[in-house]
Amino acid sequence: MTLADVLRFAGTALRGYRRRSLLMLLAMAIGVAAVIILTALGEGARRYVTGEFASLGTHLLIVLPGRSETTGGPPPLMGETPRDLTLDDALSLTRSLYVRRVAPISVGSAPVSWQRREREVSIVGSTASFIHVRHLRMAKGRFLPAMDPRRAKPVCVIGSTVREQLFGPEAALGQWLRVGDRRFRVLGVLASEGRSLGIDLDDVVIIPVASAQALFDAPSLFRILVEARGRDVIGRAEQEVRRIIQRRHEGEDDITVIAQDALVATFDRIFRALTYTAAGIAAISLAVAGILIMNVMLVAISQRTSEIGLLKSLGASGRQVMVLFLAEAGLLSASGAALGLGLGLAATQLARQLWPVLDMVPPLWAVLAGLGVALATGLVFGVMPARRAARLDPVRALSRR
Amino acid sequence: MIRLRGIQRRFVVGDQSVHALADVSLDITDGEYVAIMGPSGSGKSTLLHVIGLLDRPDAGEYRLSGRDVTTLDDDGLAHIRRSQIGFIFQFFHLVPRLSAADNIALPLVLAGIAPQRRASVVARALEEFGLMDRARHRPDQLSGGQRQRVAIARATVMEPAVLLADEPTGNLDRATGFEVIRILEALTDKGITLVMVTHDPELGRRARRQIHMRDGRVVEDSGRRQ
Repeated sequence: MTLADVLRFAGTALRGYRRRSLLMLLAMAIGVAAVIILTALGEGARRYVTGEFASLGTHLLIVLPGRSETTGGPPPLMGETPRDLTLDDALSLTRSLYVRRVAPISVGSAPVSWQRREREVSIVGSTASFIHVRHLRMAKGRFLPAMDPRRAKPVCVIGSTVREQLFGPEAALGQWLRVGDRRFRVLGVLASEGRSLGIDLDDVVIIPVASAQALFDAPSLFRILVEARGRDVIGRAEQEVRRIIQRRHEGEDDITVIAQDALVATFDRIFRALTYTAAGIAAISLAVAGILIMNVMLVAISQRTSEIGLLKSLGASGRQVMVLFLAEAGLLSASGAALGLGLGLAATQLARQLWPVLDMVPPLWAVLAGLGVALATGLVFGVMPARRAARLDPVRALSRR
Repeated sequence: MIRLRGIQRRFVVGDQSVHALADVSLDITDGEYVAIMGPSGSGKSTLLHVIGLLDRPDAGEYRLSGRDVTTLDDDGLAHIRRSQIGFIFQFFHLVPRLSAADNIALPLVLAGIAPQRRASVVARALEEFGLMDRARHRPDQLSGGQRQRVAIARATVMEPAVLLADEPTGNLDRATGFEVIRILEALTDKGITLVMVTHDPELGRRARRQIHMRDGRVVEDSGRRQ
């Protein structure tokens, strides 16, 4: 028997019992579709959450003043006030080979006005690197110029909300904005980004860090954003940052360094585990479908006993009979799996259109595993009935009409 | 040729052992036309199944074309059934979902013969048995006589040496039955060995040799007296 003949024979047998085959197909399809949809959901959630964090830049280190450690024991007797981070601290970090960019950040709040309109707005003092480190885009104009960070140049970049509320329909570029008791010329407007981890970047005015320090009359930095040269050197960059700051702080390791990547990786792991769990639960439905296939094949064999006897009288060996029935189970599970694949992909596609925020794409491993498990259960659970068919006594099989 | 020596076949029914065949010895030469007759339960069908290698004897020796076939394994038996033996049944045993042509092609499919050759062989068989216009019909669209003609075409499509028929007219009306018998007899004229089980004495008399069985034994054999 050639493979094509085996499949054709199995196909006619399945078509001969149309309703039963369709129900089986449905059971298998639901199992495969469940695997695909649930893993797509898990994967979508994972991407959403990690994407939120990754938007900050995956090579990002955040340096905060003070050591946030939860060690036990009594508080130190000598009031151990952590040293502030200074602009010089930040600039010294650029010496490291593993650091690509450094953006010092100083944050405050001040009344901002143009002509008659005035608002209280968050002020961010930083450098030209900020736009790269935070992956921001400009809607109009340009960002802060690259210059000596110690210079207080009277220029600023404003968020889209600030532009809207202060300038309305009028052009903002080139206008002089009053921030506190100083005046800054608007160089550019940020593209709207929405909230990002607590800071509404649409509602800020960004000025050179030295200007901000002068404005708030405070030499300390809120934090320093450090972009490592690559994903693989984040660990070494972190060590270098600690070493450099420690040396500048008279040997005191009094900073906290948060690796953005580590944070993302943790969420990644959690959501991956959730996806695997969902896939496992869905796979149980595949096993149930496999048992259904076994049941259907057993019924098919008892209904077609005389046909099996006939095949043997025509010269089919036990092995050939087994192959024929196994092919039937395999064909059933394969087409069920294909149907489930179509259903699952259509459902996730629909979900993507309805909820574009959640990028529901089933991971390839889940699709392959779903199909593989479906085929495997079909064949494994098909073996027992097929062996029973192969062992039927042809004389007794033929005596049954 | 078929050579049976001391063939026994026992069945266990409840706690009793029943001798379906008790010491049967028989020679059937190539091209013979044999009718096996006897009351039901006499063992005539079992004898046919043993000859057709569907049933294994518990004791005795069976040589087919000089070869001992009692020691063959499942694959070996299947191969001989496929290439040397054709079966015809009372209830036709056509596969209901397959067309007449596909039913006839079954032995060729099992033998792994390529589709193109298969098509020409099946076409010739359809023509030979007057089924050209019924090729695409399913069994439930055929008359009883047509169904048995399909079954005969299927049994002979591999050009076997031996044709075994178990009550081939038992499920047909008289006229159709004779039509089927004439087809089978025409095949014996071409040299095929035909062994037919029947309880109809009129049909049995048409055979050139009659074997009567009772209680698993051959009680009368017209061939032996000759």
